[in-house]
Amino acid sequence: MADAVMPVAHEAISPEEEIYLKHHFATPGQQMDADTLGMWTFLITEVLFFGGMFASYAVYRNLYYGAFASTSKYMNVTLGATNTAVLICSSLTMAMAVRSAQLSKRAQLIRYLFLTMIFGTIFLVIKAFEYHDKYVEHLIPGLGFQYEQFPQYEHNAQILFFLYFAMTGMHAIHMIVGLGLLSWLAIEAYRRKYNENYFTPVEMVGLYWHFVDIVWIFLFPLLYLIGDR
Amino acid sequence: MWASSFPFADLQLFPVAASKQATQIDQLYWFITAVSAVMTLLIFACLLAFAWKYRRRVQVESTQIEGSTKLELTWSILPFLVMLIMFAWGAQLFFAAQNPPKDAMEIFVTGKQWMWKVQYPNGGSEINALHVPVNQAVKLTMASEDVIHSFSIPVFRVRHDVMPGHYNSLWFTPTKPGHYHLFCTEYCGMEHSGMVGWVDVLNDRDYANWLAGGGTGTAGSLVEQGRSIFMQNGCSTCHLQDQQGRCPVLRGLYNKPVQLADGRTVIADDAYIRESILEPNAKIAAGFQPNIMPVYKGQLTEANVIQLIAYIRSLSPNEPASQQGDQQRPVVIAPTDANSSNSGTSR
Amino acid sequence: MATIAHEIPQVAPEEVNYLNVEHGWKSWLLTTDHKRIAMLYLFSITAMFFVGGLMAVLFRINLLQPEGIFSPETYNRLFSMHGIVMVFLFLVPSIPATLANFLIPIMVGAKDLAFPRVNLLSWYLYIAGAAFTLYAIVRGGVDTGWTFYAPYSSTYSNSYVLAAAMGIFIAGFSSILTGLNFIVTVHKMRAPGMTWGRLPLFVWSNYATGLIQVLGTPVLAITMLLLAFERIAHVGIFDPNIGGDPILFQHLFWFYSHPAVYIMILPGMGVISEIVSCFSKKRIFGYNFVAFSSMAIAVLSFVVWGHHMFVTGESVYTGLAFSFLSFMVAVPSAIKVFNWTATMYKGSISFDTPMLYVFGFIGLFTIGGLTGLHLATLATDVATHGTYFVVAHFHYVMVGGMVMAFLGGLHFWWPKMTGRLYPEGWSKFSALIIFIGFNLTFFPQFILGYLGMPRRYQSYPPEFQALNVLSSAGASILGIGYLIPMIYFVWSWKYGPKAGNNPWGAAGLEWQIQSPPTTFNFDETPIVKEEAYNYGKLEEILG
Repeated sequence: MADAVMPVAHEAISPEEEIYLKHHFATPGQQMDADTLGMWTFLITEVLFFGGMFASYAVYRNLYYGAFASTSKYMNVTLGATNTAVLICSSLTMAMAVRSAQLSKRAQLIRYLFLTMIFGTIFLVIKAFEYHDKYVEHLIPGLGFQYEQFPQYEHNAQILFFLYFAMTGMHAIHMIVGLGLLSWLAIEAYRRKYNENYFTPVEMVGLYWHFVDIVWIFLFPLLYLIGDR
Repeated sequence: MWASSFPFADLQLFPVAASKQATQIDQLYWFITAVSAVMTLLIFACLLAFAWKYRRRVQVESTQIEGSTKLELTWSILPFLVMLIMFAWGAQLFFAAQNPPKDAMEIFVTGKQWMWKVQYPNGGSEINALHVPVNQAVKLTMASEDVIHSFSIPVFRVRHDVMPGHYNSLWFTPTKPGHYHLFCTEYCGMEHSGMVGWVDVLNDRDYANWLAGGGTGTAGSLVEQGRSIFMQNGCSTCHLQDQQGRCPVLRGLYNKPVQLADGRTVIADDAYIRESILEPNAKIAAGFQPNIMPVYKGQLTEANVIQLIAYIRSLSPNEPASQQGDQQRPVVIAPTDANSSNSGTSR
Repeated sequence: MATIAHEIPQVAPEEVNYLNVEHGWKSWLLTTDHKRIAMLYLFSITAMFFVGGLMAVLFRINLLQPEGIFSPETYNRLFSMHGIVMVFLFLVPSIPATLANFLIPIMVGAKDLAFPRVNLLSWYLYIAGAAFTLYAIVRGGVDTGWTFYAPYSSTYSNSYVLAAAMGIFIAGFSSILTGLNFIVTVHKMRAPGMTWGRLPLFVWSNYATGLIQVLGTPVLAITMLLLAFERIAHVGIFDPNIGGDPILFQHLFWFYSHPAVYIMILPGMGVISEIVSCFSKKRIFGYNFVAFSSMAIAVLSFVVWGHHMFVTGESVYTGLAFSFLSFMVAVPSAIKVFNWTATMYKGSISFDTPMLYVFGFIGLFTIGGLTGLHLATLATDVATHGTYFVVAHFHYVMVGGMVMAFLGGLHFWWPKMTGRLYPEGWSKFSALIIFIGFNLTFFPQFILGYLGMPRRYQSYPPEFQALNVLSSAGASILGIGYLIPMIYFVWSWKYGPKAGNNPWGAAGLEWQIQSPPTTFNFDETPIVKEEAYNYGKLEEILG
């Protein structure tokens, strides 16, 4: 295993670093390593969580190909592509935020966090419009689902629409959690919590935010692009 | 009197083996059990011997041993080789159990909360009872009306889940006349433990008597019952002769490949016919339009569908019961200009 | 013993430890000390064990009569809730959340787990999950079995499926957080000199368990969520009437729930490695192989789930692959049993209570494991699937294995956790009672199973009565066997004689510190210079 064992405590720790050191860690480096590994482990859990839905998607897309093709006619590729672009931009601003924190540039950090939040909000607003369109077209399973244009696919299409809502909905919930975390970071940054000695929370939220983006990068082609066109 | 209420009077420790498979599976069962017993005794003997021989006496004296790779490999590989025998033996019996012999008698079973309905080819039917002749291979084709059930006859050592929305099958050759339990072994709700019945294996004379006695209240053979349902539901107006290409003609269709509108090919076996009756739009044959035939889901029971399939099968007199279907060239069962499929998908 | 306790002068001020450092309910409910959280978990899972056990006693009473005593409705709810409570609220958290939570930081030489607040959060999630499940029980229970098979659970059942599914969903996250904490702690919190090759095997086995918890549990969580949606909104994902696939549910469910049975046994194997070595006063035989086999089990556990579905109509080739892989996973388990046995060779064996549980564990786990071969073999699985054979098999592993190991571990580390000794006579007596009661309960079920008696039956043919009566009689003995330790543990906490720091003369960092430990375990970070189980230098250990 590559990781070293716990460093001996009497390595030099500057007083600035010591403020942020939790009692049970020996050095800031160890604390950072632990936080990073913890976050990655959590993200692996998330992969498996979404994995259950991706597996279901694979099964039903294979079983009911015709119905799947018909559902993709209802997907608004323009909005989906816009959202993809928005999210990629938000990932960039998030990465810039992390960089700013590492360089102790407080004002820049707050600015980038706000930009990321704005992109995230745009994504959710667009998603809400898409959901609203689906509602108007009676395409939400459980809320008076109707599928008049392709009645032969009515039942199977319902399952595929459910998967669409389950996957994008779960993704949207993760986005909302992410926005909450970003707001918390912004407040803490305003309170001068982060500097070159301590920026772990910014980096961890950054990892989470990139993960949520990557989920969308998979959802977009699977749900919008590879249907019947 | 006392003896019958005293539970230990009829204590039984090993089940009767009443089918060909049962005897074979028992041999394998005893092989695994014997290997397990030897292993268990070996470990227990070592444990007890060490515990006695190396018990702590006045003071602690132990010899530190790091381990032995040679020993570790021995006790990993040797048991694994023995287990490979179990694996291969079990797999071989399991594969054999997938393919019923060609001359198997076919009986249909429908599971429903909380009873089994059995339908015979001669049209008779029974609830929670199954009568089969001895030494005759029997194939059960099973469907469920609601939840997952599992059809199990312990003395035959056979069992298969009955999945709603699918046909499942199992087969056996009874070897011992007798009166045996059949159970549902997949939990299916409140009266799960009441979903039980009896299998009677009859010798040839008794079976003939049972048939003659009309023990099951025959009302025409399964095919005749299917024909009358076919007529009552108006299927005959379209499906017996070509009506301007509105729907496939069913003569000679059974067990033939069918070209579908989305480009795939399926075999017109029991499962496909069942689906096409209950959900006609699910797999439209090439050249036909959806939404012409009414949906029969909720209109027909699984038992009715079984009767219909028996009738449709009788329209293709040379075909045996549905198997894996021979791989033939797809038969386009539609007018010749039918190649322009309505969705044109390519996968 | 009692007289010795009496002679200890009572005037000496009690030394500060994690138990008496703070008082009041707040100091417990807001603690981030892994040892206090372990104790919170210990009380919670013990309560759940007795809830689940009570259900078992009740349905064993029902099975005294072939026609049953309770209504089918009551019976179905009893066995379902027994399974749900025992699996998700007792077995899964049993050793990891209590013993491992207490011991892993100490064993690796750290002051706490990597994320103490996450550890506390995990306990609160557990309590929330348990509350949902208890709500379901109080309102009338669930009747789907612990497996929640669709479409029965999603469409047909008229019971509190939703509450129970949410309970499992929430408790699942508590399990994930525990596993995550262990993984990070083992990677990043080891004391100087504590290399991977020097880790106690208990740490190895819980590390492997952590991997399964982190990788498997989220799949169960999403499955329960999909089931809940299906039940609330009838979206059809598991409903065959509109094309949903009940087999998909089974795949998703067993993708977690088969690895989960290793969550329910691996930590127990770790406990056994510790105890067998200590009471043989001998280093463990083949350390590398025992450690490696834990990891092999964790990895292989993810590729055998299909053996629960041999008779669903899955393809024969799928069945073939899963059968083969199931035999593969038997090998590392066998390696462990052989190594424990070999550890006793040329040892110096004493028969204190924890060691009695080791004998019980090895015996019962061997039987439980070997009967698994009947179920891994395709043809014999067809004959035994869904019968009491399966019930007996997994109880031999889960109860004969894990519960025995849990009790053994509790008896082993109780002096460390509370600083007190329990009465040796009573504990040996109850270990014997439990062993006898267990075998009487579950051995007849193997015979019943091959005779064909299906599981989850409220009534049964009269010829099965004798074996069922035996089984029920055994269950009552087993129940008493579990109550006795409960009583003397509580008693010993207050009245037990002082244990001292190392009552067993055991190796390992946890025995070199004070009993009970102080809040931060070590006064200064220990520097490890030797491998685990260094019983060759016993004088050094005993100081």
